[in-house]
Amino acid sequence: MVYLFVGVGGMVGSIIRYLLSMAAISLWSSEFPFGTLFVNITGAFLLGWITNKFVLLKKLPPQILTALTTGIIGSYTTFSTFCLETVRLMNEDQYLFSFLYILISLLGGLVFVRIGLKMGEQE
Amino acid sequence: MTEILLVAIGGFFGAIFRFILSRKLKGTSGFPFGTFSVNLFGAFLLGLLVGLEIHGYVYTLFGVGFMGAFTTFSTFMLESEQLRMSGKDMVFFSYVVASFTLGICLLFCGIIIGNLLEI
Repeated sequence: MVYLFVGVGGMVGSIIRYLLSMAAISLWSSEFPFGTLFVNITGAFLLGWITNKFVLLKKLPPQILTALTTGIIGSYTTFSTFCLETVRLMNEDQYLFSFLYILISLLGGLVFVRIGLKMGEQE
Repeated sequence: MTEILLVAIGGFFGAIFRFILSRKLKGTSGFPFGTFSVNLFGAFLLGLLVGLEIHGYVYTLFGVGFMGAFTTFSTFMLESEQLRMSGKDMVFFSYVVASFTLGICLLFCGIIIGNLLEI
């Protein structure tokens, strides 16, 4: 049964990721992959927040939590597309952009997961 | 609209496969092998799709939907931060460096193998 919850969460997370990345392409017609950067960093924040807010305190039924964290947020963020975009930037000789993309994704992800954890701890 | 449906179907199965595989491969070493292997495997497979020059609806279903949901960045970051917070600096460092380096390399290998198979 928990598989169904994770699957439905995966549908929701993937659709939001897809719509946001489409929006990012039409907003900034840039070579820099802002869409994936945005979903990965906001997803890191949300997962940190939910982990301290609900998961550790077990405030919600476990299946709902797994649907939220593993399902929605897990599928909302992506590692494979991130790697593909990095390789594409390298292929186009945009080495500075590819380096910045890796660096901002990593530092942004770590900083925002931490902010999320801290904010989830409060109250 | 068709695209959204395909992304949803791919995302449904991608999330379930990640859930099953990452729990199976988790191990007991303290190194997050579950997310690590899922992310590397997904990066390689996405490279393979690109190398095989798969476009259109098939790419939207498998590349954007399935691989997008099968791999994850948020759990990777959460696990990294938890390793760092618990003072496991070496594990943290190797997890981050190995994920990025191998992920990018494996995706590239996937493209090359896909290109070879495509001809």
